Amino acid sequence: MNAQRLIAYLPPAAILALPFFLPNYYQHLAVQIVIWSLVYTSWSLMGRFRLTSLGHGAFLGVGAYVPTLLWNNWNVSPWLGIPAAMALAVTLAMVVGYPCFRLKVVGHYFALVTLALGQVVLLVIVAARDVTGGSLGMTPRIVGHSWYALQLPDKSEFYAVALAAWLIGIAIWFRVDRGMERAALEAIGEDEDAAAAIGIDVLREKLKITALSTALTALGGALYAQYLMYLNPDIMSGVGVSFQIVFASIAGGMYSTLGPTVGAVFTIGLNEGLRVLFGTHFIGAANTIYGALLVVFIIFMPRGIVGLFEKLRTRVQTPPPSGAPDTQPAE
Amino acid sequence: MSALLTLDGVSAGYGSFAALFEVSLKVEAGEAVGVVGPNGAGKTTLMRVISGLLRLSAGSFALEGRRLEQLPAYRIVEAGIAHVPENRRLFGRLTVEENLRMGAFLAAARRHFSERIQWVYELFPRLKERSGQLAGTLSGGEQQMCAIGRALMSEPKLLLMDEPSAGLAPLVVEQVFELVKRIRQEGFTVLIVEQNVGQVLEVVDRAYLLEAGRIKLAGPAAELKHNDFIRSSYLGL
Amino acid sequence: MDIYLLEAIINGLLLGGVLALLSLGLNLIFGVIDVVWIVYAEIVMSAMYAVYWLHNYYGWPLFLAFAAAIMIAALIGVLVHVLVIEPILGSAPINQLLATGGLLFFLQSLATLLFGTEFRNLGVRLPVLELAGLYISFSRLIAFVVALIGAVILYLFLARTYLGTAIRAISQDREIMGLMGVNERRVYVITSAIGGGLAGLAACLLVLQYDVHPFIGLTFGPITFMICVLGGLGNMIGGFIAAFIMSQIIAIGGFFFSAEIAEVLAFVFFIVMILIRPQGILGKK
Repeated sequence: MNAQRLIAYLPPAAILALPFFLPNYYQHLAVQIVIWSLVYTSWSLMGRFRLTSLGHGAFLGVGAYVPTLLWNNWNVSPWLGIPAAMALAVTLAMVVGYPCFRLKVVGHYFALVTLALGQVVLLVIVAARDVTGGSLGMTPRIVGHSWYALQLPDKSEFYAVALAAWLIGIAIWFRVDRGMERAALEAIGEDEDAAAAIGIDVLREKLKITALSTALTALGGALYAQYLMYLNPDIMSGVGVSFQIVFASIAGGMYSTLGPTVGAVFTIGLNEGLRVLFGTHFIGAANTIYGALLVVFIIFMPRGIVGLFEKLRTRVQTPPPSGAPDTQPAE
Repeated sequence: MSALLTLDGVSAGYGSFAALFEVSLKVEAGEAVGVVGPNGAGKTTLMRVISGLLRLSAGSFALEGRRLEQLPAYRIVEAGIAHVPENRRLFGRLTVEENLRMGAFLAAARRHFSERIQWVYELFPRLKERSGQLAGTLSGGEQQMCAIGRALMSEPKLLLMDEPSAGLAPLVVEQVFELVKRIRQEGFTVLIVEQNVGQVLEVVDRAYLLEAGRIKLAGPAAELKHNDFIRSSYLGL
Repeated sequence: MDIYLLEAIINGLLLGGVLALLSLGLNLIFGVIDVVWIVYAEIVMSAMYAVYWLHNYYGWPLFLAFAAAIMIAALIGVLVHVLVIEPILGSAPINQLLATGGLLFFLQSLATLLFGTEFRNLGVRLPVLELAGLYISFSRLIAFVVALIGAVILYLFLARTYLGTAIRAISQDREIMGLMGVNERRVYVITSAIGGGLAGLAACLLVLQYDVHPFIGLTFGPITFMICVLGGLGNMIGGFIAAFIMSQIIAIGGFFFSAEIAEVLAFVFFIVMILIRPQGILGKK
């Protein structure tokens, strides 16, 4: 790695390291931003290839509840519990995904199936209230500061853990982006039958990316639960949070590496900003603006904030093309 | 005598791609006029401009002296132009009769729906047989008949036909051109766009040759049939 | 048979009526003109609030409040189309889903802002019918009847009228509608008004039975979509059948297990059905 490369990495590294030096409140925001960035990035692994899931709350919920239940009931450390949860999330995704992909359930229908799945997980959590506390929620058994139990009241330490997870997510994104799967998945997203015709194993590629996406989402859910030290089905699963994931990813831009992270910064920042502005005076005002902005985003900036920047940058750098036809109409 | 349809210096395109360059032509009432040319010449673009599916970028056109280029498609239909689109474009999940009904959507056409549909069924007995069948399940030739019938339901002053022979078996193509003759006999004015130069010159009075968006030749069909350029480039003679 | 089970079945049938009524409007928008209104349930919620507010706060007679709510809902439908859907009509349908999703969030939050999160009850007590020892909810009975009439009227409208045929045609080939002399924008706007109005109609009957709160849309939103898809998109009769199947699962499941388990069963049933027969019960391939 030469000197130039090193210098290029300094500013981003500095930004990532900054929260270590900030007061508690900002660290709190940073942890949330990083965890949700992981979740949004993992959703976007599917979303960017036209596999729009409206039920990622299911995997978030599994990731949140499984390690906690294992810890509370059987003293299983989250270091084991989290991988177990990720495996369970992937299994769930495969159980539903395999028949869906095999039977070519796509588009609207796929989105609705994922919606149903998200609801099912939420309902199961609520129904098993004896174990999970139902709608009232539950907390992991508190043991104070413990790496074994992954309970880190010191926000700096938790930020480090969350940051590591986020970096893993970004690394996986890079791997997918640069790998051969990307072309295959884009072809599948474009025209599944044509892709199959040229020899792409549609089923396998879809299952692979789904597995990656759901595993990382579960990781995010687990970390979030460990951080908040409180779980509740509405925060951790269900339609509400599933939609939140979709919107933030779209707002940031689900086609680029840092798009979902930008989405997290934007939505969390906006939420906090509005909360500070309106306080408790107008409950719902913040979210109302948030909702309206999201509509505006979809209509005017479908590639998200990052997409907008990319468009501006290319417009500045290259003059518009002249003469050459972009689309040939059939004559 | 002013013509039924006049195009004056019409230019049009798609985004940065220009397809038509200052095209002027006219169609007299009662005539059948053909526009022939190779693939990509701009024939379909021309149809779409006239029927209002595509906005022109320069020039104008008028029906019976009334300028139409600013109007949306549904108003142009009201004015009396019906377009049988390339590739038929039937409503596949509606029945034959429902497709014909859609052709008679205009208030004026609705009033005469029952007579109109009887007449169309007379013209196309096969459609009557299949009136309750979903249009998407018809054969290529039947679909073409349905598409033409649908356009005729509004009793248009001018019928535009975009490549009616496209994608059809030779025997069916013959039937289609027989139909065009029949429609002419009923008194309709037809502007027909075709790649199949030989066949179309048999059924029209006059024709224009469109190449790369410009009118290269024009004249009575009889003359064009004997034109050397046409004969060598398009009739393979 | 256990009398309570019978009662559950019958009330399930009537719940089916409510769900069928809910699905009419969505089936028209999602099923017929192929526009995705994820926000549909929130339009119902808004109309429920309208009835509540007009009747309980301004003292309007109930039927007047109903009429106003239906018109407000129809107006919302038109606004949703003109402001949100129209700009993105040409792009991928997923964009419609996401844009109306933003609207969902917007309406929920707006309701929270204006009305708070408390549950509001209309306070209108409708009689409970007693029939041979069974207790039957009168409001559900009305909903059933209205749903049936609504489905028939809608079916006839779509099948027998010019406008109805145009509405059915527009999702098949939007571009050439103009060639039929149809003002396609007007078709969408009218259909959106009807769809919104139907949502309002469902709201009127729902508000008689359920308390309204900003997030009530989340309870019946997903299931309404599922009913439309299950019955075959665009098929009103299919939607009816699907509504009854789902409601029976919920009613009987609720009787034997718990309310949540019953819903889980209904959703699992949906997932399985989509895999077996994606075009829905009465849908055509």
